[in-house]
Amino acid sequence: MWFLLPSGIGVLIFVCLPFLDVIRRSFLTVVSQEWTGLYNYQLIFKNQAFLLAVKNTLRFTAVCLPVLIGLGLFLAVQLSRLRKIQFFKSCFLFPMAMPAAAIVLVWKMVFSKQGFLNLLLDSLHLTGAGGPVDYMGTDAAFWVLVFSYVWKNLGYTVVLWLAGIFSIPVDILDAAKVDGANERQCFWQVVFPNLKGTMYTITVLSFLNSFKVFREAYLVAGSYPHESMYLLQHLFNNWFVNLELDKMAAAAVCVGTVLFFFILLLQKIWDQDGREA
Amino acid sequence: MRVQSHIRKVCLFLLALFFLLPAVLAVSGTLFSRYELEQCLEPLTSGAGEFIAWKLLPRYPTFEHYARVLFYTPQFFVVFWNSMKIVVLVLLGQLLLAVPAAWAFAVYRFRFRNILFTLYVVLMLMPFQVTMLSNYLVLDGLHLMNTHGAVIFPAVFSTFPVFLIYRGFCTLPESIIDAARVDGAGEWTIFWRIGIPLASNGILSAVVLGFLEYWNLMEQPLAFLEDKSLWPLSLYLPEISLSQAGYSFVASVITLIPPVFVFLMGQEYLERGITASALKE
Repeated sequence: MWFLLPSGIGVLIFVCLPFLDVIRRSFLTVVSQEWTGLYNYQLIFKNQAFLLAVKNTLRFTAVCLPVLIGLGLFLAVQLSRLRKIQFFKSCFLFPMAMPAAAIVLVWKMVFSKQGFLNLLLDSLHLTGAGGPVDYMGTDAAFWVLVFSYVWKNLGYTVVLWLAGIFSIPVDILDAAKVDGANERQCFWQVVFPNLKGTMYTITVLSFLNSFKVFREAYLVAGSYPHESMYLLQHLFNNWFVNLELDKMAAAAVCVGTVLFFFILLLQKIWDQDGREA
Repeated sequence: MRVQSHIRKVCLFLLALFFLLPAVLAVSGTLFSRYELEQCLEPLTSGAGEFIAWKLLPRYPTFEHYARVLFYTPQFFVVFWNSMKIVVLVLLGQLLLAVPAAWAFAVYRFRFRNILFTLYVVLMLMPFQVTMLSNYLVLDGLHLMNTHGAVIFPAVFSTFPVFLIYRGFCTLPESIIDAARVDGAGEWTIFWRIGIPLASNGILSAVVLGFLEYWNLMEQPLAFLEDKSLWPLSLYLPEISLSQAGYSFVASVITLIPPVFVFLMGQEYLERGITASALKE
């Protein structure tokens, strides 16, 4: 019990108590500290920037998660059929070691109007009617963000899927093969149903991880990027800079509550997994 | 069947190379002379006309940019050491607190244990934006704003390493601890003699994952450090303008070296850490 004390006190002082203060402040005005009830909450739900940021964040998640999880599973299945996979795993994990800041320049070279992507499209005669697109300054910025998120997190997802796949007992698969199942049947009837727990976990973790994409977004486009990629993270940052702490408190409580329930869901999945094992 | 397997290998191989490409581009960029870089990147800055012109290798390779960064830019070293200082202190602090805390969660059954553990998991998964304001309130109260402490202290109390190391302790059979108690070992001795050696895997995983994370740290310094001489590399790099592309490439590559080194040395622990942080083993 004493072993926990130093860590526990730190968490209490640095996180728990101040968060209670944030909850208190979300009901007060900034300057005079008067009680305003739910006024701050009404304010943020009428705030254009907040609504835009929530919409973009949800849209980003809705696009990224299926792509990341599907692609990760596909690659993991392909890799699980090979014998030597260490090299591939290293390559896919490598972006985790690349600091976002070190890649900004490369991203600029690829996605600018005169960049590599347009060069490639041009040489394949695929350029649209409007001429080459500037991927940073238009709606396409959103997709650049999706791309860099998937690029960064795919290795992580593949490793998790592989761990799930390798944890399936070999005898079940052998039994299915003896019974005459082909590769596709083996996958859909045997492997996939056994991966459900893994899938929930990966989904929740990827969702929570998706908040870190702010780094790439900020580095590529600054505090006020194209409105298609103005995320909650930008909003919090800008409110912080402008010292709009009342709105921030209310928004932190809202976002925190939503995420809290997601995390409890994840815990429930973990507990169930533990009972089955 | 064999043909199919070969095709699969080739496709995966190409895709894997694609993941390395940005790093290759950055490294090759360091070797171009200033004149050649200007020529290549001119279309990006002018915004009109031709596409970017890039060769994998320069016509006249040069190390001039490396020399400039290493010998004529003392500012770069300041920023580099800022990054190092933050990462090393954060990791040391984390281990100092997390190993005992993980031990407590794994071995003892005290009151509120489950609630506390849930709290730790929730905090580990909360994104920075939610805790940003509360962090600020404390840091401001302690007069830590605009010092390295503002970035280091909240990170030291991160609960993620506790969770990772806890996973390593869970494999320890209870009977061993009971046997040690019967033999008269104190709790502290048990922790020191049995716990610490067992924790080494979890500790290494936490160090590797932590290094990659804190070397790349952006949100916290951006919010809590005003003074640019305190900034870490992750904030300093994007400040370099495109007209100094050579300098920017070299700075990027030097920034890459420590995490890539850690990655190559600790890949096994990185994978273990990823799995342990998500799935029951």
